Amino acid sequence: MEITLTVNGAARTVDVADNALLVDVLRESLGLTGTHVGCDTSQCGACVVHMNGDAVKSCTVLAGQADGADVTTIEGIGDPDALHPMQEAFRDNHALQCGFCTPGMIMSAIDLVQKGGGSLDETAVRDGLEGNLCRCTGYHNIVKAVLAAQSSM
Amino acid sequence: MYQFNYHRPSTLDEATSLMAGAEDGVYLSGGMTLIPTLKQRLASPSDVIDLGAIPGLTGVTLNDGTVSVGGMTRHGEVAASDAIPALADLASRIGDAHVRNRGTIGGSIANSDPAADYPAAVVALGATVHTANRSIAGGDYFTGLFETALHDGEIVTSVDFCVPDAAAYEKFPNPASRYAVVGVMVARCGDCVCVGVTGAGACAFRATALEEALATDFSPGAVDGVGVDHSEFNSDIHASAEFRGHLVGVLTKRAVARIG
Ligand SMILES: Cc1cc2nc3c(=O)[nH]c(=O)nc-3n(C[C@H](O)[C@H](O)[C@H](O)COP(=O)(O)OP(=O)(O)OC[C@H]3O[C@@H](n4cnc5c(N)ncnc54)[C@H](O)[C@@H]3O)c2cc1C
Ligand code: FES
Ligand code: FES
Repeated sequence: MEITLTVNGAARTVDVADNALLVDVLRESLGLTGTHVGCDTSQCGACVVHMNGDAVKSCTVLAGQADGADVTTIEGIGDPDALHPMQEAFRDNHALQCGFCTPGMIMSAIDLVQKGGGSLDETAVRDGLEGNLCRCTGYHNIVKAVLAAQSSM
Repeated sequence: MYQFNYHRPSTLDEATSLMAGAEDGVYLSGGMTLIPTLKQRLASPSDVIDLGAIPGLTGVTLNDGTVSVGGMTRHGEVAASDAIPALADLASRIGDAHVRNRGTIGGSIANSDPAADYPAAVVALGATVHTANRSIAGGDYFTGLFETALHDGEIVTSVDFCVPDAAAYEKFPNPASRYAVVGVMVARCGDCVCVGVTGAGACAFRATALEEALATDFSPGAVDGVGVDHSEFNSDIHASAEFRGHLVGVLTKRAVARIG
C-alpha cells in the first residue's frame, strides 16, 4: 500500500507492506537511520520520534497509522553546525556515552520540555523519561542536560 | 511480524463489516498492546482493522455527574482532564509518556489485562461501558483473565464514570513495566464506599469485605481487621498470591488516608 506523510517538513510518499512499522519507513524506505531500534518489547525508547506533536515509539506504530501524519526525527531538529539546544545541552553535560539511546532521549526530552511550561524539576524529568532506557550513563547527566536545556530552549 | 491485511475504516459500520468479513480479524486502537504482541508473533490475525480514523470516539466530557470518556481517548488526554482527579491520576501513571500518547481506554479495557490500571476505575466508579448497540454495567464487564462481556466484533465506543464525592487510586507498580502488581481505587459516594482492585486476581473486582468495613468507619484503621482472601490471587515471579493479598490491604489504607 502507499502512504504519504510529512517527514522533517517534506512530504514523502512511500510504498510499504501492510505490516510495516513507522520505524521501518524511516530507516529502510527513507534512510533516516538516526532513529534506532533497541528492543522488541516497546520499552526502551531508542525509536522515539514526534508524530503530530507528540513523542511516540515509532517501533510501535504501524506505517498505515502514520498515513497523513507529520513526523519529526532526530535528523529534523538540528545539524552539526547548528545543534538544537537539547543536543547542545547533552554535549555540554556529557549526557551520552555510547550514544545508542541518545536520539530517542533527545526527542523525548524536547517533547517533555516543550510541554512542561518551564516548570520541570528533577523528579518530573526522571518521570518523563521513564520510557527511555540508557545502559551507559546512569541517567544523572541526562537529567542535568534536560534541566539545562529547559533554560536554553 | 506475520503478514496481515491492514484496513483503516472511517465509520463504525465499515469497521464491523470488515471484521465480519475477515477470516480472523482484530481491531487496532493505540496499538500499545497489540503491536508488541504482533511483533513477538504471539498473534497472527488475517486482518488488522485500525479504528484510528473513525471520528467522534475521543474526548472527556462532564454531564450531570457523569464523565464520559470516548473509547479512542488516549491515556494522556484523560491524565490532563480534571472532572475526576483520581481517574486523571490513574491515567497519568499508566506506563510511560509515549505509551500514554498512543494507548486508549477502549483498548485497555477490551484487552482486560489482569495488571492494567483502568479496570480498577471501571469497577469502582460505577462505570457503564458503551458499544455501538448496547451498554454494559462496569460490574458485569470483566469476566476473567483477558476476558470481557464484549461479543466478537463489538467495539467499545465510550465509558461513563460516576463522579464520586472523593476517590483515590494507589498502585504498587512493577518497576520494569509500570503495570500494577496491585492497584486499588477507593471511591466514596454518600454513604457508599467502593473498593476496586486490579492486578490481584484474574480480572478486576470489588473487595466487598473492605467496602463494608469502610462504610461503617472510613479510616485506614478500619482495614486492619479485614482479612483479604488471596486463595484465588495471581502468583508469579513478581509477587506471590499472599503478597498480593497483603498489598490490597496496604494500598486500600493509603487510598483512604489520601482521601482523608
Ligand atoms: C511499555 C508499556 C508499558 C505499559 N504500562 C502499562 C501500565 O502501567 N498500566 C496499564 O494499564 N497499561 C500499560 N500498558 C498497556 C497500555 O495501556 C495499552 O495502551 C492498553 O493496554 C491497550 O490500549 P491500546 O489502545 O494501545 O490498544 P491496542 O493495543 O490497539 O488493542 C488492544 C486490544 O484491544 C482491542 N481493542 C482496541 N480498541 C478496542 C475498542 N475500542 N473496542 C474493542 N476492542 C478494542 C484490540 O483488538 C486488541 O485486542 C503498557 C504498554 C507498554 C507498551
Ligand atoms: S525500539 Fe525499544 S521502544 Fe521502540
Ligand atoms: S549512552 Fe549508551 S545507552 Fe545511553
